[in-house]
Formats: sequence, structure tokens, C-alpha cells
Amino acid sequence: MSNETIQSLADQEYKHGWTSNIDADQLPPGLNESVVRAISAKKKEPEWLLEWRLKAYRHWLTMTEPTWQKPTYPKIDYQGIIYYSAPKKKKEVTSLDEVDPELLETFEKLGISLDEQKRLTGVAVDAVFDSVSVKTTFREELSKQGIIFCSFSEAVTDHPDLVRKHLGSVVPYTDNFFATLNSAVFSDGSFCYIPPGVRCPMELSTYFRINSAGTGQFERTLLIADEGAYVSYLEGCTAPQRDENQLHAAVVELVALKGGHIKYSTVQNWYPGDKDGKGGVFNFVTKRGIAHENAKVSWTQVETGSAITWKYPSCILKGDNSVGEFYSVAVTRDYQMADTGTKMIHIGKNTKSTIISKGISGGHGDQSYRGLVKIMKGASGARNYSACDSLLLGDKCGAHTFPYIESHNASAVIEHEASTSKISDEQVFFLRQRGLSEEDAVSMIVNGFCKDVLSELPMEFAVEAQKLLGLKLEGAVG
Amino acid sequence: MSKPLLEIKDLHVAIDGTEILHGIDLTINAGEVHAIMGTNGSGKSTLTKAIAGHPDYTVTSGDIVYEGKSILEAEPEDRACAGIFLAFQYPVEIPGVSNMYFLRAALNAQRKARGEAEASGAEFLALIKEKAKLMDIDAGLLNRSVNEGFSGGEKKRNEILQLAVLAPTLAVLDETDSGLDIDALKTVATGVNSLRSPERSFLLVTHYQRLLNHIQPDFVHVLLDGRIAKSGGKELALELEDKGYAWLEQTV
Repeated sequence: MSNETIQSLADQEYKHGWTSNIDADQLPPGLNESVVRAISAKKKEPEWLLEWRLKAYRHWLTMTEPTWQKPTYPKIDYQGIIYYSAPKKKKEVTSLDEVDPELLETFEKLGISLDEQKRLTGVAVDAVFDSVSVKTTFREELSKQGIIFCSFSEAVTDHPDLVRKHLGSVVPYTDNFFATLNSAVFSDGSFCYIPPGVRCPMELSTYFRINSAGTGQFERTLLIADEGAYVSYLEGCTAPQRDENQLHAAVVELVALKGGHIKYSTVQNWYPGDKDGKGGVFNFVTKRGIAHENAKVSWTQVETGSAITWKYPSCILKGDNSVGEFYSVAVTRDYQMADTGTKMIHIGKNTKSTIISKGISGGHGDQSYRGLVKIMKGASGARNYSACDSLLLGDKCGAHTFPYIESHNASAVIEHEASTSKISDEQVFFLRQRGLSEEDAVSMIVNGFCKDVLSELPMEFAVEAQKLLGLKLEGAVG
Repeated sequence: MSKPLLEIKDLHVAIDGTEILHGIDLTINAGEVHAIMGTNGSGKSTLTKAIAGHPDYTVTSGDIVYEGKSILEAEPEDRACAGIFLAFQYPVEIPGVSNMYFLRAALNAQRKARGEAEASGAEFLALIKEKAKLMDIDAGLLNRSVNEGFSGGEKKRNEILQLAVLAPTLAVLDETDSGLDIDALKTVATGVNSLRSPERSFLLVTHYQRLLNHIQPDFVHVLLDGRIAKSGGKELALELEDKGYAWLEQTV
């Protein structure tokens, strides 16, 4: 990162009234074996986990950064990154009056509740909303049913057998450049286990996780739905998130055992950079789920932030009759870029997958849908349906579709549909003639375009996501 | 005495620098029904777009005065909220947005702009049921995406449904009759006639006299090459039907 970028980010932090205490508890920048050891030691990890990290690190040294993607970005200096710093606390302010009005205005537009606003801006909790007790209540409720939901570090200490059994089982440490780096240096993340036959009674989000620190640069999430279990998990939030870390290389692993069902929803609104595209977050994430017999893994994502979004939430349909789903909305405007899609690997018999991808580009935004549907030899009766639609706002943006299909079984049925359209001036004029403002008109057209995906989101999340899309596209048509 | 609702004064309108209307004068009083007839390319649609404020249509001189005030600077949505409605010749499709959702959003946007209470779910439902019945529109159509996959007749009836729900003061209908079979035409006419009132005015743009058998206009104007060539009562439409537009071209 250039000095200029650092300076501007530092200024922003000041603007938002958060302090950036120089933390004594942090390692110097750079990456080598002793840094990996130090991270593991700081976290008091067992020997097996250190060994796993080291194997990953040594493997990473043999790898080269991929270059096949469409977005380009300046070279990342991996020796310039600080790989461990203790979770920082945001400065507590006593009331919303002390928070940047611009941020509050955004919250207002998104319809985020006052309590939620306070939580997001770090306002000290008061008697009305004691978040600690609320969280404790949730946790008790969950533990009654045997559900484990905690930070990854806690899970390593409290449930080592579960972690050891499943860590790297879906995304091995050798998987790809960024996932391997994550395996070596991951900081923390979420862990969730739903016991056999249990239907998790609430949508889980990191919001309810005690001791949840701010978003880490190298997060690691592991969710396990045991036989016949169900969980819906929410990641991210619609509120704008700024982060001093430019590179985010998270790994998410989902394990759905026989008859299990995991629904994973993401709303991502990280800092996209300034109008010229400088300083935004690089979101290079590896997300993958494995579905055993009769199991289902479902990804829903609404990607509106980051300078570059580069991710392919994927499903390995290992068991017979397993189901994979991918619903995605990606928005790129100004100089944002996205290269996203999914991989559906059909291994079991009668496996089914559905891919619905909606890309919206405005300004100089550029995005690609890249997806792989692979039918293995034994996957008799496999079915896939893919629909990739792009909506262009203006004439300087771009949309590309790269579908890859590999079928090794003649009985498989694969369907792919793709379309590209523009918001027409006539549509906007029609809605304005009926009394809607130009922004509401665009927002209505875009939300209609995304309906099939937004309807997959949990209700409250969907409402927020709709408003977010409207906000993101303000002034983007033309 | 009725007072003028819309006064169009020496209106010149251009698209992409080409002047289409060369000075239109037209006054519509409250409660009146005016018909504009004319050949293709005479500027009929341009006039409706200029009244509604389409950004592609530039008023180069003259004025449009609505309820005593010039609206040339007003945004299309502000004109809509002030009570100007345009039924489109080619209604557009809005995929993924249900007809009901769209109509309620439009109604409430207008009510909000006028400082009125927004319609509750129940109130809106009752309103739309009543109007849909009037326009012979079944519930299935209300839940489908706006105009998507609608037949030509369904699209036109849907325009009149919107007119009925939004209850404007000035309704401008741009060739609502084109492409309609006789039954659909009757339905549309019934809808429009039921909306006639001393406070509501209509401007009907049409090619054919046919529509005017079902909706009786107070005045008929013939547009020729961007100018009003002749104005008269409803008998003018019959005369035109009889003699054709060529008759006027010769007399001008």
C-alpha cells in the first residue's frame, strides 16, 4: 500500500471518530516460519494446528499468485503485511451525536434500527439495550439444543476434535494461493456445529457471537450441519464497512452431512475505494461447501462493496441426491471490478444444482460471471440449471460471462441461459411519469431484476439488501 | 364557468435538434375532453411527451401552463404528482416488479408528494379490486410483472387501470386505441367514460375516429406537420373520416 493510501485511510478513521491505538500486541510486518509459529503461540494452539499451519506456509512458498482472473490489481507486498495484531477495540463513544452524521444518514437510508446503529458505531451499550445479556440469552438458547456457535479460537480450545476432523476437509491447505496463505496465518473467525436432527431456531450471524472482534484480514469460518440438521447463517451487513486492511483472504468451509442443510447468506459492502477506485478492499475469498447424501448447500450473496470481488462460492455434491444452489447479485460501479461465480461439482447420483447470477454494472464497473459445472462419471441423473443475467447502466461499464461445462456422464442434463440488458430510458421515464423519483425508479427496476436472488435471503436481510441496492446505484445511471 | 386546466402557448418542441412542433396553441378547461387527430409523424406523440416532461423532448420556445403555473421546469415525477397522467402508446415492461407493487408505490409516491396519507395495504387492495373489475382485469394480471408477457390489449387495459387508480386531473392518452379489437376498445372506453367528471380533463390522441364513437369529445383538433391545422367539435372527426387527411392538407 502506498503512503498516500495509508494516509487517506488514517484520515478516514479519524473522520469516523475511531481511534487507532498503536497496539503493543502486534507482530512486525513480514511473513516467515517464525511469524507462523508466533501466531500459533499467541493463540495458544495445540501442536497439530501449528503443524497444519506450517505445512500450509511451506506449500505457499512453492505457489505463484494466479493471473487468470479478469480484474487486475497492483502487486501485493506480502512482506509488508502485519500478520498478527491483537483484536483492537473501537473507541467507545457515549451517544450517536458523536458519530459522523454522514454515516448516520446512510444507516437511516438503509433503515437500520437505532440499537443496531449504536452497535455498529461502537456506542456504549446502555440499560435499554444490553447487548451482552441479549447475546448470553441467545447462547443459552442455542446450547440447550446442543448447538455450538463460537469464535474459531474458542472452538480450537473447547472442541478440538470437531475442528481437527473438519478443518481443511473442504478447502485443503493446498487449495489455492490465497486459501493456502489463509491456512498459514488465519487469525480468527466463526465456528458452528449443529447436532444431528436439530433445526437451528434462529438465523445465526456473527452479531450474536460473544467476543466477536472486528473483521479480520484472514478469517476462517467452519460450519458443520450434522445428519439431518439445518442452519441458516448470515455473514456481513449492509452498513458500509471500512477496513485498514486492503487484502482480505478469508476461507469458509461448509460441511453438510447426510440430510443436513446449510444456507449461507452474505451481504458485502466493504469500502470500494474512492471515485477513481483507489484504496478499496480486495476481497479474495475461498468459499466451498460439501454436501453428503441427501444434503443441501445453498449460497446466497449480495456483493456491493470492495474494489475487487474475486470469489466462487462452490458446492461439492458428493452424496447421492445432494443439492447445491448459488444465488448471486453483484454490483460494480465507478471503478469496481468483480470476477465471481460458482463451481458445482456433481459426484453423487441424481445430484442437482441451480445457479442464478445477476450482475449489475454502472460507471466504469466491470464484472465477469465465471462458473464451472462439472459432472463426474458416476453422477448419473445429475441436473444443472444456470441463468446468468447482466444489467448495464450506462455505456462505459462491462459484463462478461465465462461458463465452463464439463460433463463425463451422458445422462446428465445441463441448461445454461444468459442475457444482457440495459436499463432503458423509457422504463425510467415510465416510472417517473407515474410519480416515482428517478432514484426510486432505478431502484425498482434493479430490484425487479434481482428478485429471484433477493427472495432467497432471510426476510429482514432482504429488505435491507433491497435498500442497499438502491443506495449503491444512486446517480449511477447515465 | 370552467377555468383553464392546461394552456399550451406557441409551443415549439425539438428532438435531437430537429423541431417537430412548430407552435401549438391549445387550451383545455376543467372537465373537457379534447381529441387530437393526425397522420403518422404529425407530432401527436411529441405533444404528449412534452406535456409529461420526457427528457429527450426539448421545449425550444413557448410555454405549457398547468393549473395557472408554467411546468416547463418541473420534473416528470413532479408533473405526475401534480395530476398529469400519460397513458403510453407502447407501455414498457418492468421484469420482476409486480403490477400491484408498482401501482401501490406509484400511488403512495403521489399521495406523499401531495401531503396526503399513504394508502394502507387493505385500503389499496380494496381500491385496486374495484378498478380491476371495472377494467376487466383478473387478479392474475395484477400479480404478474408489469406488462411482462401481457398481450397488446392487456397492456392498454393496464394503462387505463393505472389511470383509474391514480385518478389524475389531466389524463393524456397516446393512441390507447391502436391495436385493440372492438371488445377491448369498448372496455377501454367504458373505463375512460366512468372516469369523466367536471374536475377531470382528457386529451385523447388517436389516428381513427373509431375511438370517438365510444368516447365523445368536446373538441377535436387536427395536427398536421407540427401545427394544429383545424379545430372543431366532434363532427370534425366524422368529416375527417369521410374525406381523409388529404382534404385538410389541401385546404391549409
